[in-house]
Amino acid sequence: MEWETVIGLEVHVQLATKSKIFSGSSTAFGAEPNTQANAVDLAMPGTLPVPNEQALRYAIMFGLAIDAEINQRSIFDRKNYFYPDSPKGYQTTQMDEPIVGPGIVEVQMPNGDSKSIRIHHAHLEEDAGKSLHEDFHGSTGIDLNRAGTPLIEIVSEPDMRTSEEAVEFAKKLHAIVTSLGISDGHMSQGSMRFDVNVSVRPKGQGEYGTRTETKNLNSFKFMEEAIALEVERQIDVLEDGGSIYQETRLYNGETKVARSMRSKEEANDYRYFPCPDLLPIIIDSPYIEAIRSSLPELPDTRRSRFVDKYRLSSYDASILSSDKSTAEYFETVFNVCKDAKLAANWVMGELTAKLNSESLSIHESPISADNLGKLIERIIDHTISGKIAKQVFESIWNGEGNADVVIEAKGLKQVSDSSELESMVEDVMSKNPDQVANYHNADDVKRKKMIGFFVGQIMKVSKGQANPGMVNKILMQKLKD
Amino acid sequence: MHNKTLAELSKGLASGDFSSSELTKHYIGRIKQLDPTFNSFISVTEEQALAQATAADSRIASGNTTPLTGIPIAHKDIFCTAGVKTSCGSKMLDNFIPPYDATVVEKFNQSGVVSLGKTNMDEFAMGSSNESSFYGIVKNPWSLNCVPGGSSGGSAAAVAAQLAPASTGTDTGGSIRQPAALCGITGLKPTYGRVSRYGMIAFASSLDQAGPMTRTAEDAAMMLNIMAGVDEKDSTSMDQPTPDYTEQLNNDLTGLRIGIPKEYFGEGLTPAIEQAVQSAIKEYQSLGAIVKEISLPNTALAVPCYYIIAPSEASANLSRFDGVRYGYRCEDPEDLLDLYTRTREEGFGDEVKRRILIGTYALSAGFYDAYYKKAQQIRRLIKNDFVAAFEDVDVIMGPTVPNTAFEIGEKSNDPVSMYLEDIYTIPTNLAGLPGMSIPAGIIEGKPAGLQLIGNYFDEGRLLNVAHKFQQATDWHLQTPASQIKRVER
Repeated sequence: MEWETVIGLEVHVQLATKSKIFSGSSTAFGAEPNTQANAVDLAMPGTLPVPNEQALRYAIMFGLAIDAEINQRSIFDRKNYFYPDSPKGYQTTQMDEPIVGPGIVEVQMPNGDSKSIRIHHAHLEEDAGKSLHEDFHGSTGIDLNRAGTPLIEIVSEPDMRTSEEAVEFAKKLHAIVTSLGISDGHMSQGSMRFDVNVSVRPKGQGEYGTRTETKNLNSFKFMEEAIALEVERQIDVLEDGGSIYQETRLYNGETKVARSMRSKEEANDYRYFPCPDLLPIIIDSPYIEAIRSSLPELPDTRRSRFVDKYRLSSYDASILSSDKSTAEYFETVFNVCKDAKLAANWVMGELTAKLNSESLSIHESPISADNLGKLIERIIDHTISGKIAKQVFESIWNGEGNADVVIEAKGLKQVSDSSELESMVEDVMSKNPDQVANYHNADDVKRKKMIGFFVGQIMKVSKGQANPGMVNKILMQKLKD
Repeated sequence: MHNKTLAELSKGLASGDFSSSELTKHYIGRIKQLDPTFNSFISVTEEQALAQATAADSRIASGNTTPLTGIPIAHKDIFCTAGVKTSCGSKMLDNFIPPYDATVVEKFNQSGVVSLGKTNMDEFAMGSSNESSFYGIVKNPWSLNCVPGGSSGGSAAAVAAQLAPASTGTDTGGSIRQPAALCGITGLKPTYGRVSRYGMIAFASSLDQAGPMTRTAEDAAMMLNIMAGVDEKDSTSMDQPTPDYTEQLNNDLTGLRIGIPKEYFGEGLTPAIEQAVQSAIKEYQSLGAIVKEISLPNTALAVPCYYIIAPSEASANLSRFDGVRYGYRCEDPEDLLDLYTRTREEGFGDEVKRRILIGTYALSAGFYDAYYKKAQQIRRLIKNDFVAAFEDVDVIMGPTVPNTAFEIGEKSNDPVSMYLEDIYTIPTNLAGLPGMSIPAGIIEGKPAGLQLIGNYFDEGRLLNVAHKFQQATDWHLQTPASQIKRVER
């Protein structure tokens, strides 16, 4: 039987506010445990939440970016459950009246197709703290630094049919939130986390199969793997005559194994009700319109601008515009070197390969966009060749200074002095009289191939630093004589 | 000195009749002598009080004062006090010393007011008799075998026994007004949002409101002047003008329209209380007020509505008491579930557990619509009743409580009859309106309370109406003197 997969996503995005959603504590990542948790975050008796307006603005920005309805009245609810990293014993979230209503996200597939994914809603909520199981023998440590970090949870409709679509959708959300500047998008720090709802049904069947939810996937790769594994499991169960049960599952990206966490029967009754410590959020149209008019450029707009302005192919443009950091990096490189094609090739080629091999994101690149631009400039002005440039790139990456410093220190400057080049050419010719004679006896087609030999010899003598264009010219001249 | 009102003490300090240190020592002495009988304090902060008094005396000497600078008062043990145990009447917080002040406490501190200590209360403010306190029952100074009311029972008893000239209290369903009525003092629950709730340990967040408990309306006005105002730490506090509440006290009452809700005079009201209320109304008529009967048709629904909403909110508010970060923790928990279960089983008393269970049930899947949601709809109806009534009247009057103070133990095994203590006070909390109780009679040696209900943020008028009554009568000046004398001996 042929099966069709149905996927819906719930995506948690950490908002890049300076302080928490209901307290003044910092949200900066990586501080010592519990140094960014004040009385409110610790849920000390009598403390009260005060909403962070920036978090609200960020949520509205997301809503506007996906053409969603912004609800002029929204409500914070309490979701009740006991867990040590949830200090109040409830999470403050939004249930029936979220800030962002239905919207649409357009996704470009690698084969050029595009697909619309409907967003059911997006709501504001607070993150939980962290339980630390490793460092405490027989006990669990609690770090509440993250407790109260603002999140938006984006809930899609079950509109995806393959794991590729799910990944492209997730990447598009990443591009949107980073372009808006409402999230740093640092996946490795948990700034974006995915819950995937997966079901399968016989192809052509109208109603959905029973779905499972795999929670808390923190990379595109893990998400893709988890979906693939779950689809395979569900099809196996169904083809063996079994049934799928609604359950929550966990996927371990290290061991590549998934397991059931709890069944529907064991599911908590969260006893949602409106939080009486927070008044309904009421916003008016002028407030929304002011935010709309200050929205930064969105990925789709940027992609077409890259095509128009830089004459990039649609494929190159979509890669370079996908996230804000990459786009900004590319544009800075271009502004320095003024050659879009070279800038695009270096960013997508050498730089991306190097970043990937060291698992760094572009904002962590040891080579600044400015320095890469300068390096390319040196190619364009013939200070160095493209080949030497790769060597210089390595040196800059390793912290040996910018392009000019490296070129100077290592003496990599291209030799463009014509008298110096002439003597090199003459030297090579005099050492290879047979080849010179052969050249003179050959026809044009053969001659062209033989030129390569002389150029190779000259580059060898010059350690690659001879200006290849000038070498060619001088060589042709000398060989003609 | 302990016979004086805040207004009189303020004058005495200003004219140098006595110092804050003398005054504070005097009250500390009375507490030490008399409170072992009443049990109205959980903590007495003598050292801190004397230090605050010394600082207040220098402030007075330098002329940098507010009307209450140097006057000692007591705080209900529901307000967090930096460095001083704040128990909320519960074993759960018997070891809890907050690192911060409640906004209300901070405001009194900044005004140079001295804190004598923290008063006894029903556990987590859940009760109408002060019998649910982990720190033992409080005795009504008017009759030692009777309860002082609750949950601000310690505050009311301390003011009635003149162990403090005034106290803070909180009122979720009547917890300021009912004990004020039972102890013969003046108590004001302001409009919801008038006073910051920050640092006030939450019972039911949408109903809780702090207010003054004093001997006179004038004193209540002086206290409210400090307490009222918007607070950036409490987003439910309202940015409304804060007038000087003492300025309107003497406004003439001619033409004041008083509404008497017929529903407040039905079955269950003790005839003697009704009589006291009727005499008070006559007094108002002689002061020029116009009295008309009104109807608040949904009054009967208030108690059941309240006992869904308040426990529902409480069930979530009290989840933070889990033994993880502060407060009581059971010994040697086997695992997380055991830690939670035993901590809460051992740390909470019966009434608190009862209300957590009721609230948890009311919010459960499948019951939410029938209980919580329905109760919210009823709450709106009750509010609408008042909004309609205030189109025709300026103030609403009736009894505060159906009866005078009852005997210790009389209702402690009958939660429903205990809940009915608040039948006349609960509707104002549900509507968010300000309410006041003032002494209006003495029945068989025990005080009777008159309740005044005002429109939103109309505390100024309530205090004016109460003050004019107190200018014309002397119920508020009655004290349980003979009782106190007996204790003194």
